[in-house]
Amino acid sequence: MFLDINKSRPKQFGILFLIFFILYFFIPHNESSWLWRLPPLLKDIPLMINNLLDNLMFNWFKIQVWDPDWEMYEEKTLFRQITRGIASGVLFFIIFIREIFLGGVQTISSITGDGLIKAFNWIYLPALPWTAVVIGAFIIGYKLQGIYLGIVASLGFLYVSIFGQWEPTMETLSLVLFTAPVCFILGLGLGIWGFFSRRVEATLQPILNVMQTMPHFSYLVPIIVLFGVGDHAGAIATIIFATPPMVRLTILGLKKIPPDVVESGLMSGCNKFQLLFRVLIPTARRDILIGVNQVIMQCLAMTTIAAFIGAKGLGFNLKVALNSLKIGKAAEIGICVVIIAVVLDKLSLAWANKQKNYFSNLSFIQKNKPLFSFIIFTFICGIIAYFSSFYFAKGFNYLYIIPFDKGLTISPYLDSFVDWIWETFFYYLNTFNVFLLTSVLGPMKQAYLNMPVVSTLFLVTGAGYIIGGLRSALVVFSLIVFIALSEYWDRALITLYMATFAVGVSAIMGITVGSLCAQNDFTTRSILSICDFFQTFPSFIYLIPVILLFGITDTSVMIAAIVYASVPATRYTVEGLLSVPPSLHDAGSMSGVSKIQRWTNIELPLAFPHMMLGINQTVIFALFMIVLGALIGTEDLGQIIMGCLSRPNGAGIGLTLGIFISFICLAVDNLIRTWADERKKMLGIN
Amino acid sequence: MFKLFRAIAIAATLISMTTIASISKAADPIRIPVLNWTSQIVMANVMQQIFQEMGHTAELVPAESASRYEAVRIGDLHVAHETWESTMALPFYEAMDKGGLIDAGSHDLITFEEMGVPNWVIEEGLCPGLPSWEALKSPECAKNFATADSDGKGRWLEGPYEWHTDVMPNRLKGLGIDDLWTVKFAGSADALWAELKAAKAEGRGTVIFNWSPNFTDAAGFTFIEFPPYFEGCRLENGGSLETTGCGSPKGWLKKAAHIKFPLSHPDAYKFYTKMSFTAPQIGTMADLVDNQGLSHADAASQFIADNRDLFDLWKN
Repeated sequence: MFLDINKSRPKQFGILFLIFFILYFFIPHNESSWLWRLPPLLKDIPLMINNLLDNLMFNWFKIQVWDPDWEMYEEKTLFRQITRGIASGVLFFIIFIREIFLGGVQTISSITGDGLIKAFNWIYLPALPWTAVVIGAFIIGYKLQGIYLGIVASLGFLYVSIFGQWEPTMETLSLVLFTAPVCFILGLGLGIWGFFSRRVEATLQPILNVMQTMPHFSYLVPIIVLFGVGDHAGAIATIIFATPPMVRLTILGLKKIPPDVVESGLMSGCNKFQLLFRVLIPTARRDILIGVNQVIMQCLAMTTIAAFIGAKGLGFNLKVALNSLKIGKAAEIGICVVIIAVVLDKLSLAWANKQKNYFSNLSFIQKNKPLFSFIIFTFICGIIAYFSSFYFAKGFNYLYIIPFDKGLTISPYLDSFVDWIWETFFYYLNTFNVFLLTSVLGPMKQAYLNMPVVSTLFLVTGAGYIIGGLRSALVVFSLIVFIALSEYWDRALITLYMATFAVGVSAIMGITVGSLCAQNDFTTRSILSICDFFQTFPSFIYLIPVILLFGITDTSVMIAAIVYASVPATRYTVEGLLSVPPSLHDAGSMSGVSKIQRWTNIELPLAFPHMMLGINQTVIFALFMIVLGALIGTEDLGQIIMGCLSRPNGAGIGLTLGIFISFICLAVDNLIRTWADERKKMLGIN
Repeated sequence: MFKLFRAIAIAATLISMTTIASISKAADPIRIPVLNWTSQIVMANVMQQIFQEMGHTAELVPAESASRYEAVRIGDLHVAHETWESTMALPFYEAMDKGGLIDAGSHDLITFEEMGVPNWVIEEGLCPGLPSWEALKSPECAKNFATADSDGKGRWLEGPYEWHTDVMPNRLKGLGIDDLWTVKFAGSADALWAELKAAKAEGRGTVIFNWSPNFTDAAGFTFIEFPPYFEGCRLENGGSLETTGCGSPKGWLKKAAHIKFPLSHPDAYKFYTKMSFTAPQIGTMADLVDNQGLSHADAASQFIADNRDLFDLWKN
């Protein structure tokens, strides 16, 4: 039986689990025993981070700074001067963009000083009328793809203005219009650097991994400490979150360039600069622009989270609406986020797919026709808005800016929809809830908490060894042992239990739904749009209906996590199945397979590596939502991370626990990626 | 060539950052934090509009309730105008210890935070004898407050753990009713309100942590009467199991300011110290938004218009 153990992976896993269970049941639960729980040797890390931040901000490298209020020199640290300098620079740009859309005096007064504004109180940067922005969106869409996209883009902005969310939407948009270019420049720069230098790429890789897997909430407090609260802090958090995909796609795009292209560039006598900007980047244009698309999506996904540290806009209004249980209002705001995301997504994809025309020889006016028509239309809209200010003499000028909350609203309908769901389903759901809590979740949690640390470590290390050899085993072991050496291991186990359940259910649901929907063109397209919707719809909103239905229990957290984490599982399944070449379908049909056989024997194995990457994303999404579930009420790592937001010295703990969660993701990522790569090699997919 | 370019690029960014930083410093609006409950936001809007009347620029900055004291201390925010004793006294005084935050007086009211029940729970007779805490001793009462995960015990829904840590579990032990009741920590204030709504729809009793003045006052909410609070009755203040059953203290509602605020905007600071709202006034602010459906800014204008003489008094 054990002779072929080297070849049979199921048997290897069988033995692994056998030893795991022996350890599980035979190690005594003794708090002082190292086999049961490791000593918290690393518990000083949060303190060290706090001390570091404290010293940087208040103790080290002090310089004298003139303070105009006290009229004396004050000691401030150099580091703090630098971070605050960056903060006010960022804020300046955000406010400048915002005042283009909404009007205001802050930009002028920060350039010329307060005096000018006080002396001439008519000085004012007028806002773009919303009509002009709608027309502008149409022109951009038309220019990039055609009349269809133009209509979609302008309808999106029209919806937002009619529903009275114009001001917060423009506030959010100004944040996105600042952060997206910054992410683009940073990402492109780092990507190019990483492409040219192997060492840089090797250092970038783990940093990007941690940045992408760390829950956002854990770096909010350090940002508050370093940069203060406000729109700039929100922007900086967004930049941290949204830059990694840009870096990755830049490196990927540049690496895909065939050597012939580089050769021909060199042959034409390019120097390093020309090679980069005239040959490499234009060739990788499509990948780089897909990166831009990702950046924009990530920026919008951060709107609600940025509101925790001072960003104005849709995210903040959403939080306020939820706090007084106005679910309909919150959903309405959430829909605006989705609409802006859809419009920007379609525009940026159209831009990515547009081929540059190198041969047309257009005059200056012809080239910039859209720009000129936009200026003309803006001018007309401005005049209309000016005259309409006499018509709407009392109250609001609806042709200039539609004020917040004065538009149409569908929130009563949404509210009654939520009520209807409650009345119709509550009693069935409650029975289900009690069953799930008492017979599944409760025992599962207890089982995880009863796990001796040695058996956990043995299980993950063994899995690493079986899947990826010694290297994987070492990586996974060191990632997990780092968490085990802290005082938060029990909480990490609770997080693990919730993650296991959520990922298991999401994966099953995602793969089933994805497989069913991939059978047909129409359902494929609909399921992908539904995925897009749930990915950009701010996840805070469904926390409240879920609480109403399932109470403040672990079930609520699980449901919210499953809704959110099923998205990548479904999406990657659909994409994986679609990537199976049709010729293989035909070959299968000719050999006489049934639909089910084709699915199990041809499609699933071929799509498997891609689906595994989907599971990888599912883990990240689930953990993110479980951390957010602390808003409902949990007892895991997430509870402390959210609690840190309201603690002045929470930076260290928040950051450390964020790194723990990131390490869990990375351990899973290592296992899945190694496995998927091996499968790919076996199947002969590049 | 490449190195030179890089050096120039870095230098250019640094120079532009510092110039922008220095010019944008010139304008220094009064920064007022807005949190996520109604009365606080309306009050922030009231202050903004008054400061603008006085010729200052004032800006509203979304913030988090406890971390804003650190922001006030180092000058990122100028004021923190609703500081509740029981939940925020700790970060408030921590910031004061480190230096940079000053106490700009209190509002003219007494705040109260306690476990309580919505009025309909009493009217339906789910626990006869409320609001006295003695009523909680009856097992029949506790059963009406049980939930799926409470093991048959009645459930108290306390705010997030970091608000009062173990005070409520200790209180249950002190009162000797921990075999009938259990404490669950909600994750956020939103979760508390959702529980209120869900319990009502379901007809299940609920004991939640709440405070006054709050928007729930309008729908009717009764606080449970526990043995009176006295200094040192809680376990963490040196109390014993006999005394830890005591209720919550009545508290102040303070205003905090950055230490340079009186110098940089003296007249605004004077107004800020004089500004002192009463509980009905704060209730009105919340009511204008929550029940009459005004936006926060409109509610503030309305409130200022209705209380013009008061504001004129405070401005001079």
